[in-house]
Amino acid sequence: MTQLALVIDLNVCVGCHACVTSCKEWNTSGVAGYLSDDRPYGEDPTGTFFNRVQTFEVGEYPNCETVHFPKSCLHCEDPPCVPVCPTGASYKRPEDGIVLVDYDKCIGCKYCAWACPYGVREIDTHQKVMKKCTLCIDRIYDEALPVSERKPACVLACPTSARLFGDIHDPDSNVSVAIREEGGYALMPEWGTKPANHYLPRRKTRIRIHEDELVRSDNPLKKERERPVGPVREQTLDDVTSW
Amino acid sequence: MIVLTTLIGVGQGLFLALYAGEWYMRIHSGLRDSGEFYVTASVLSVGLLIAGLVASFFHLGRPERAWRSAAQWKTSWLSREVIVLPIVVALVALYGAAHYVASSPDIAPWLVQRYWTLWIGGVATAAVLTLFLCTAMIYACIRFLQEWATPLTVFNYTLLGSASGFTLATALAQHYAAEMTLFFGVWAVVVTLVALATRVASLIRNTRSRRKSTLQTATGVKHQHITQRSQGLMGGSFNTREFFHSASPAWLQRLMWLFLLLVFPVPILLIVAGLSVKMTGILTAAFVAQYIGLLAERWFFFAQAQHPQNLYYQTMG
Repeated sequence: MTQLALVIDLNVCVGCHACVTSCKEWNTSGVAGYLSDDRPYGEDPTGTFFNRVQTFEVGEYPNCETVHFPKSCLHCEDPPCVPVCPTGASYKRPEDGIVLVDYDKCIGCKYCAWACPYGVREIDTHQKVMKKCTLCIDRIYDEALPVSERKPACVLACPTSARLFGDIHDPDSNVSVAIREEGGYALMPEWGTKPANHYLPRRKTRIRIHEDELVRSDNPLKKERERPVGPVREQTLDDVTSW
Repeated sequence: MIVLTTLIGVGQGLFLALYAGEWYMRIHSGLRDSGEFYVTASVLSVGLLIAGLVASFFHLGRPERAWRSAAQWKTSWLSREVIVLPIVVALVALYGAAHYVASSPDIAPWLVQRYWTLWIGGVATAAVLTLFLCTAMIYACIRFLQEWATPLTVFNYTLLGSASGFTLATALAQHYAAEMTLFFGVWAVVVTLVALATRVASLIRNTRSRRKSTLQTATGVKHQHITQRSQGLMGGSFNTREFFHSASPAWLQRLMWLFLLLVFPVPILLIVAGLSVKMTGILTAAFVAQYIGLLAERWFFFAQAQHPQNLYYQTMG
């Protein structure tokens, strides 16, 4: 079993929206059909996107930090949006675990959007069908592309490599290793949807120094003050060696 | 959705009332010449169900593909509803036709006074109850919409639909079959009172429930103080339009009291008044008030659901 997924490293995401624009650029001209925009330069712009970068402030000034949070379909292993679909337009591919919408079967009833707790499905107001991230299914299997480019557009566009792409069911894949070793977690675990996409948390590198490490403890008396004059007259080890 | 669920609710309730009334009449006084009443009420019930079906097409993006929605009956309650609704329409129509034939001896004398209507009605009753279950489960099966994910949703849909159907049957009976008015009126009041109990129970449940999803679980960041600064868009999106209503909490509160008044005490008083002075107009007013109240009730039901996705869409900018 294969379950393709993204792993998003919140520690390095800088919130540049390159993944958003590259996703839109690739998919609006890909098999998903165009992702319609209305009034893009007008007063009340709106449009269909597969991927959004949101920004959260954690803590209160001055003890706060900004977390940029890219959000697209999590390709749940138990997707709540799939069983509710009355037509079968929404489905999960058994071979690679990608959750897709068949745009020719979708009736635009929006039930799947209501059944997704993450809000990653958006209806296209012009084609009147539900649209969502395809993990760039028309890129990742395209043998005309060099192997290094058979990745979702967002992954290739990320300037900080905050997005990893791979099979989370393969324990040795880059994504599985990242999830296992860097504390990868799933969103809203309380609903049992088992999202395939994972997030890597913010991590701080801190050096831990104990107080006794700030003073010499191995032989403090050699330098800090004069050698004690003791009853021993012959040479000690300290008299003949130094390190 | 509001119009669909309330209209088919009345249609189903009206049929349940009819069928219950037929049993009552057969047990107590034999089926008298009230064929016109059964036929009219069945036609009305079918009309309401079809009107609901038509209303449901308006919320589809691609109504021309609606036929596909019967495909996933194994997993989807919406698909099941799409299948059961036409079955109910057909069975109620058949029930009305059977009464028409039974009340016109010159068409088919061998059918008169048989129990065919009871058999057809029995099957139709099962279908109507299944339809109530399907409609309510569409909402109740989404486990993270905590306001809906309760068996009370099923009880409310069934009882509120039945209450409005019995109220309508009371008004119709006053005009077409006066001997059944008291039966329908009393049961309309009883069903309305039971519906009041379950609806208030769900209101209490929802004010007490604790949100399972928070910004902490939505982002995976463990901090008591997380504020959204941007949702990744400057204008609106599907997510900001579909899952939010612009009503203020105070307005919602007023709407709740409005529907609690219009669905429960007002029709009960009007039914009691209408029964005592035997006026179709007052009984019709009872139904109209209850139906308007049900529209408000359904609007409130949809508005009360707090979708977890809203956690990601709190602040523009």
